[in-house]
Amino acid sequence: MSDTGLMKPVAGGGLLDRRLFLKRGVGFSVAALVSESSSARQSWMNTPGKGFTPYGQPSAHERSIIRWSAANSMVAGNGVSWTPLHQLEGMITPNGLHFERHHNGVPEIDPAKFQLLIHGLVEQSLVFNINDLLRYPMASHLGFIECGGNSNAGWRERPIQAAAGFFHGMVSCGEWTGVPLRVLLSECKLKSQAQWLVAEGADAAAMNISIPLEKALDDCLLALYQNGERIRPENGYPLRLIVPGWEGVTHVKWLRRIQISNQPVMARNETAKYTDLLPSGKARQFSFIMEAKSLITYPCVGYKLTEPGLYQIKGLAWSGRGKVRQVEVSADGGRSWALAELQTPVLEKCFTRFRIPWRWDGQAAVIKSRVTDETGYQQPEREQLVSQRGRYGYFHYNAIVSWAISAEGEITHVYQ
Amino acid sequence: MFINKVVIFGCLLITAGVQAESAGPELGRPASAEMIRNWNLNVFPNGGGLPEGRGSVNDGQKVYLQYCQSCHGVDGSGGSAEELAGAQHNLTDNPPDKTIGNYWPYATTLFDFIRRSMPMDRPGILDNNKVYAVSAYLLYLNGIIKKQAVMDADSLAKIVMPNRYGFINFNPYRK
Repeated sequence: MSDTGLMKPVAGGGLLDRRLFLKRGVGFSVAALVSESSSARQSWMNTPGKGFTPYGQPSAHERSIIRWSAANSMVAGNGVSWTPLHQLEGMITPNGLHFERHHNGVPEIDPAKFQLLIHGLVEQSLVFNINDLLRYPMASHLGFIECGGNSNAGWRERPIQAAAGFFHGMVSCGEWTGVPLRVLLSECKLKSQAQWLVAEGADAAAMNISIPLEKALDDCLLALYQNGERIRPENGYPLRLIVPGWEGVTHVKWLRRIQISNQPVMARNETAKYTDLLPSGKARQFSFIMEAKSLITYPCVGYKLTEPGLYQIKGLAWSGRGKVRQVEVSADGGRSWALAELQTPVLEKCFTRFRIPWRWDGQAAVIKSRVTDETGYQQPEREQLVSQRGRYGYFHYNAIVSWAISAEGEITHVYQ
Repeated sequence: MFINKVVIFGCLLITAGVQAESAGPELGRPASAEMIRNWNLNVFPNGGGLPEGRGSVNDGQKVYLQYCQSCHGVDGSGGSAEELAGAQHNLTDNPPDKTIGNYWPYATTLFDFIRRSMPMDRPGILDNNKVYAVSAYLLYLNGIIKKQAVMDADSLAKIVMPNRYGFINFNPYRK
């Protein structure tokens, strides 16, 4: 296709061919906005720069890029913080911005005193310390962790007016490195009646959760590292269970104990919570898998389009069942759709960044994205999700997200 | 059902066979029975893991007043923390109430959760008798046991909660 062909809309509302930015260096006319400097050397070029730092920090100009948090007024460490997805790019969440859900705060753990106990339906119960685990063969999972309660404002009757990250940011993505759980389980020698494990954290809630043994033997990791460095305290230092593609509560932080059992423990967090009440009055239990979701992270609520012209719509897609197959974007409220470009690599159970060029004509528009994963599952419209699950399931909200743009460039969250 | 289980065990055995080759350096040390006893907080629906001890509804009311009411409210509702009792709406209402009495499927979960996590400002402070007692009081507030009742390992595991069969199993491995 010629370059001129690439400039032709491929769907309603001014969506352009996803390959446009790859084929030609289409510039955004921002040069005029930058005030010209008359001297040959800008001020920071005239003195020697600062020296070295033992641990690098973001630029002082980026201090507003933070997690938002909401906590229990009576217990400071019972709450959540959201990753500012709308202010980040690529597919990796910086460690300091990974979302948090704590049931009773972040424990201060001395790794020299930390122990992991594995017991129950095993031939030999074993205790490991951190130095033991550091000597084991390791593997990495590059993937997302998403709280089962992420995006739950979507169940509300009226659309919440919050930026993408402060509505959907209880999901983050990183490289988790550690010991495959099956290696340690094999050393303990599972008994034939073994069917479940119950994992427990060393936090003040001693939070526990049951996981089917099939999953543990498949792809679970005992992670010691997050994006190359030891796991941050708020993400489970020194040891976190990683359960690829499954809801965040199963990724037990500060993992201290694993009991092998023949039944689930029926913990509070797999009965009273993290179960999804349906309109019938019955509730889904052990709905571990995070189904495919996508959302546009720019433009979204919190931004304003200043003038008509060329923009790049971009966002994130992921699926707890495997790889993202495709992401479609609509700029006319869902009447027509165009394929977005997927940034490579596209990995299983991992954030996939998508982008598509868009020429905004200055008219009111509604933009949205929908993902299809490699199993063929397609992200539902909100109406479809609510008709199946009602509005009181609280967990596992993964409907299509729509942002309305007014002729003035103001952006709001809408249901449609 | 029987056939499913046979298939599942077949899979586990095959996986175990593969594991033997990928096992690690075997650095784990045997855990003592004492350590396991001290560390193990899990209480299963069949009563497995419930310790010795007992507690009455009356004793439980005292525990509740001292440790729970400031967040959970008088009689288990109306506080800053979640509702424990006094559901005004059914699970099919808009909006529903989800309390211990109309939502929780197992009474043993009370013991498991309270002993490990509550009260949030001083977790671990309640001894086993107090945990049995406050579990009894919460069951009483929800109309599940009588005021004279006493809870222990035997009686707590025998309770059949009203919403015991209110859940659909979505476990991807065993639907």
